[in-house]
Amino acid sequence: MKSIVFVAAYLVFAPFLGGLLDGVDRIISARMQRRKGPVLLQPFYDIGKLLSKEQIAVNKVQLLLNLSYLVILMIAGSLLFGGADLLMVLFILSTADMFLIMAASSDSSPYANMGANREMLQMMAYEPLTLLVAVGFYLTTGSFHVSDIVAADVSAVVWMPGLLVGFMFTAAIKFRKSPFDLSTSHHAHQEMVKGLTTEMSGTTLAIMNIAEYYEMVLLLGICCLFFVNSTWWSWIVAVVLCGVIFFLETLWDNVSARVKWKNVLYSCWAVTLVAGGVNILFLMLDK
Amino acid sequence: MNKVSKSPWLLHYDASSCNGCDIEVLDCLTPKYDIERFGIINTGDPFQADILLITGGVNSQTAPVVKQIYSQMAEPKVVVAVGICACTGGVFKECYNIKGGIDTVIPVDVYVPGCAARPESIIDGVVRALQVLDDKQAALKNKER
Repeated sequence: MKSIVFVAAYLVFAPFLGGLLDGVDRIISARMQRRKGPVLLQPFYDIGKLLSKEQIAVNKVQLLLNLSYLVILMIAGSLLFGGADLLMVLFILSTADMFLIMAASSDSSPYANMGANREMLQMMAYEPLTLLVAVGFYLTTGSFHVSDIVAADVSAVVWMPGLLVGFMFTAAIKFRKSPFDLSTSHHAHQEMVKGLTTEMSGTTLAIMNIAEYYEMVLLLGICCLFFVNSTWWSWIVAVVLCGVIFFLETLWDNVSARVKWKNVLYSCWAVTLVAGGVNILFLMLDK
Repeated sequence: MNKVSKSPWLLHYDASSCNGCDIEVLDCLTPKYDIERFGIINTGDPFQADILLITGGVNSQTAPVVKQIYSQMAEPKVVVAVGICACTGGVFKECYNIKGGIDTVIPVDVYVPGCAARPESIIDGVVRALQVLDDKQAALKNKER
């Protein structure tokens, strides 16, 4: 019963929470640049506008593929918030991303295709670490199931601080934050127009944005898993720390420039190997 | 809620400007003027833009580009001509390669004169364009009914 409530809450409120976080992110970014910034509800105005625009599609399949991206992300999130297998969540998350890549590759724009290539490259960069995170949770709590992980006596972060650092590092890719916003960026001018989303407009782009909000909440949910244990107050601590991590991602976005793809790949793999690998080694020896 | 003027995304194109007006357009994004407080995003993608901001007069090389960018934008959309060259052709009006203002190629909704146009007047022009944008959206809705 509890898991059904969680899943329903995720499906209904995740886009609103994601939109609010995006609004907060834009205001904080603006303040960091000594600007006033847009209003808090700006992301919702954006989506409302996109849905009301004339539909100009380059092909018929793009909308369908974007819808698949949204639906599969919703499934992945539901599994996480329903307390199912963490490995399954991560695999379905990658599947969702494949649909986005296909959506971008379906049109003839060279910018969109280049964005799709870079998105695949980013997947290569963060995928090893996400798998190590799942393995870390298994070694710490003895189960891949989210419902078991949150019922542990001690927060997982005590045993896997290295993996948390690695997760924060690679989450910048997923949040599309600088220095890792290669495939498409929230900021205006990019070297390849809008990358992945170049040929998406109106409803198609709105669906993509809503899907990103679902993904944002899903990732913050995985972040929460590091801190939550069987006590009730650990949930409050987890939510607060998630907010702090989100703020750090915004800060990092504003103080760093976009890097070349090789740097993304090497730095992510280096962090995976050093922070993640050493952490896993300790877990295997000590647990 | 879904008024298009609440989140106007802007596309900036330099038809043949001397870059004076372009620098003033970029000025609008800086902390002093900060057009993002109106929800405006300076996007580079005509598919996602609502307002087309053009600087400089149109010449025979940029005319097809201007037409193509305009045709790629989804309705409702508005065009703002920034600077006197974009409005009428300016000092280049009599040149053999200049066709004249932007309105010789595509319909223009708001004219922002000046050489170079001041950031204040560009913001004023864009805010006026927002009203036109809302009117166009309402007209579109009536048409659908």
